[in-house]
Amino acid sequence: MAFLGPDEWQAVALSLKVACLAVAASLPFGLGMALLLARGRFPGRHLLNGIVHLPLILPPVVTGYVLLLGFGRRGPIGGFLESVFGIVVAFRWTGAALAAAIMAFPLMVRAMRLAIESVDPGLEEAAATLGASRLRVFLTVTLPLILPGVIAGAILAFAKAMGEFGATITFVSNIPGETRTVPSAIYAFLQVPGGEASALRLVVVSVVVAMAALVVSEVMARRVTARVAGR
Amino acid sequence: MSLSVAIRHSFADFALDVGFDAPAGVTVLFGHSGSGKSTVVKAVAGLLRPDAGRISVNGRVLLDTASRVSVPVHRRGLGYVFQDGRLFPHLTVQGNLTYARRATGDRFDSVVDILGLGRLLDRRPGALSGGEAQRVAIGRALLSDPAMLLMDEPLAALDAPRKAEILPFLDRLCSESGVPILYVTHAVAEVARLASHIVLLENGRVLRSGPAAQLLADPALVPHMGVRDAGALLNARVVAHHPDGLTELAGPGGPLFLPGVSRAPGDRIRVRILAQDVILTRTRPKGLSALNILEGTIRTMHHGDGPGVVVQLAVGDEHLLARITRRSAETLELATGQTCFAVLKSVAVSQVDIAEPAPTP
Repeated sequence: MAFLGPDEWQAVALSLKVACLAVAASLPFGLGMALLLARGRFPGRHLLNGIVHLPLILPPVVTGYVLLLGFGRRGPIGGFLESVFGIVVAFRWTGAALAAAIMAFPLMVRAMRLAIESVDPGLEEAAATLGASRLRVFLTVTLPLILPGVIAGAILAFAKAMGEFGATITFVSNIPGETRTVPSAIYAFLQVPGGEASALRLVVVSVVVAMAALVVSEVMARRVTARVAGR
Repeated sequence: MSLSVAIRHSFADFALDVGFDAPAGVTVLFGHSGSGKSTVVKAVAGLLRPDAGRISVNGRVLLDTASRVSVPVHRRGLGYVFQDGRLFPHLTVQGNLTYARRATGDRFDSVVDILGLGRLLDRRPGALSGGEAQRVAIGRALLSDPAMLLMDEPLAALDAPRKAEILPFLDRLCSESGVPILYVTHAVAEVARLASHIVLLENGRVLRSGPAAQLLADPALVPHMGVRDAGALLNARVVAHHPDGLTELAGPGGPLFLPGVSRAPGDRIRVRILAQDVILTRTRPKGLSALNILEGTIRTMHHGDGPGVVVQLAVGDEHLLARITRRSAETLELATGQTCFAVLKSVAVSQVDIAEPAPTP
């Protein structure tokens, strides 16, 4: 790509890879969590809701540091993963994906939860009286009605994952080709003389990706409304 | 007995203790709002689990808290028509109708035909009128091949013209589908038109349960039906349509003349005659504009708290109710066993009060 230099392109490609993995891996958990928060009635629901939203409010550097403590090679989870599965995430691109997924999780859950709450549980009751098992009710009634909301949540999470900086740089540092995503690259370019042009090109890429994500997720949210209304 | 219910359930501010057996045909759960009708239907469907009790349909036990049996909703095999339709908004009418796995083949065509859904099949629920949506909802429930159809105030959310549009379809459904129906309503007109058996609920208890003709002709139940809505049913046969627009019927106490009944000669129908539309006389009146004069014998008289008296009259082997004032009853010296004449204006009976005869279980 002529617009971007090789270093810049490497950062963009890495960001895309990290964001894709982050969204793909967190999607089932996000959907499950959204269902739990929208439909579940159990003690501690509000606490769980608070924990899910925590990464949105905490300073990203704190989230990154907590990840480092937990998933570092000497951390309890990181040590377990390395000794049992041989998986190391600290200072790897997979670690960047983990940080991005955690930071994007609240946005994803929020969009999906709103879609689930707009579905009338009476429709699910009606499906059950027609002989549909719970699984069939979910697959044929709930999921089709909330699908645009699920897609909107995934897109928002993707955009957030593309732009994650604070937790990523704290957890997995800023290693070119491994963990230097677009925001980290912009930061790095701004630290060296003559890097402004590269930084600016990456800024343009970031703005375009973010805008596209917002537009698409807005369109999807409207589609939920239309679907639920039966138009 | 096709349906047997005995359940107890406590809400924060309301206790339900209901037991009844209903034969095949159309059983109407009737009562004011808050009497517990919907709770009973939800319990039968499995959407609500009562504290204690037993429910069986056609001998199959769906709930028995004593032996910890509770068949899940989707295995009960009952159709449910909700007051608010609850069509799946993301599916077309066709998709809604065929949602139940058993909804295929010949049944589909006959249900679409009975409910007049042919030209709606490609539409989405958002593009349907209230009456159309409710017809689709009925068809969808019917196509799940239910052992029993539960209808929870299916007409309550509709305005009068939409109700009038659906009632003939319900008539056909009740007489042609052969599926037993448990129908919830607080509208006496629907009870009179559709019911073969009535369960009268009040404050979470069964006040009376019995054949529709018997309960509707019971003077003691008039206050529960509402004095303006109470009326007995007469079975009659269409004899002829006269050129002046009147239809002649052969009723239990002689001919009846009603404004244009849209049935063929020979058809059997049942006519609801509102108690407040009937005038009583001791002698056969002459020089009267009213065309219908039925001779009968006073069976019972029910005095309420107000100024009215409800008189039950045996006409042939059927019963008629007349609501008159206490003062008239005293002036006429009406008493049980007396012969008297019931006078009814032809135009007092509207098309809404005319229905198929009650299906014989």
